[in-house]
Amino acid sequence: MKFAVVVFPGSNCDHDAYHAVKHVLGHDANFLWHKDTSLKGADAVILPGGFSYGDYLRTGAVARFSPVMKAVAELAADGGAVLGVCNGFQILQEAGLLEGAMLRNQSLKFRCEHVRVSVEQTDTPFTNLCRTGQVLKMPIAHGEGNFYAPPEVLERLERNRQVVFRYVDADGEPRAAANPNGSLHNIAGICNEARNVVALMPHPERACESALGSADGRLLFDSVVAAIRLAGRPAFGEPSGSLMANAGFLNPDS
Amino acid sequence: MSDTAATVTTITAKVFVTLKPSVFDPQGNTIGEALLSMGYGAVEDVRQGKYFELTVRAGSSDEARRLAEEIADRLLANPVIESYRVEVASDKDAA
Repeated sequence: MKFAVVVFPGSNCDHDAYHAVKHVLGHDANFLWHKDTSLKGADAVILPGGFSYGDYLRTGAVARFSPVMKAVAELAADGGAVLGVCNGFQILQEAGLLEGAMLRNQSLKFRCEHVRVSVEQTDTPFTNLCRTGQVLKMPIAHGEGNFYAPPEVLERLERNRQVVFRYVDADGEPRAAANPNGSLHNIAGICNEARNVVALMPHPERACESALGSADGRLLFDSVVAAIRLAGRPAFGEPSGSLMANAGFLNPDS
Repeated sequence: MSDTAATVTTITAKVFVTLKPSVFDPQGNTIGEALLSMGYGAVEDVRQGKYFELTVRAGSSDEARRLAEEIADRLLANPVIESYRVEVASDKDAA
């Protein structure tokens, strides 16, 4: 199992992601520079958080034109596992690999705190070890995480079960008070239609050790490792959905 | 093609990017509230946007406009949340 962590100029969670998958979870991991044109055999790619290109113009707007994004798009089209975290989410949206856009937080404040998110969908490579409705505690650190999509897109995302994570309160309910940034429908993370590209604003890589306040984030990385081992190759979202049918035993809900 | 049309000159294209009317603008809203607290009760709404000046080489104002629109589509504006408007001085104005 080999992870790749993409480093853009201004990424600042790249080492956190590398540390989590390599030192905490014990998998192979490589950094990829944004000018690389190949993923160097990675099974799963992580686009980390940070401030690529200083957030100039719009978050992620410039990074999406980095050479490495062509290889990321090819892996995504081939069904490979891609995880975007925070700025990585914004880059995937700008690249058109995920829908919607991030507006400035409704409070206009940079929010840096632990939040709770519920796992809404478990048939993605990054959530297959979770229970539906399972509440995970992870930190957020962003000023522009206010998820927006036009009404018809939002409706389609819900209908296709592409909302993977929602901000929830201690009761596991997506109430307004639990929404740190004004995101529509309390959306904290989504996936693409094929379900192999997943992104979220909270930072699972900073929640992999109890010393950091939570180890819930490990579930996302353990999930993709399990999914890829089971599949024998990094392919998801095949029309038959065969992978996730096979992965059913991993998921207590199915 | 006439000689004048073939002449490449430097033209300034102005691009105004704004959030679509349907998209909530927390920054514009906060500015509006500040203006209200300053006593500018006549201000009913504020929408914040971005302004770009592109200095381009082009054979005509139409060519400069097409280039600026392509650039706005591809990079300067995010069509999910923003719309844009391009202003280019006409050839007559520039002359």
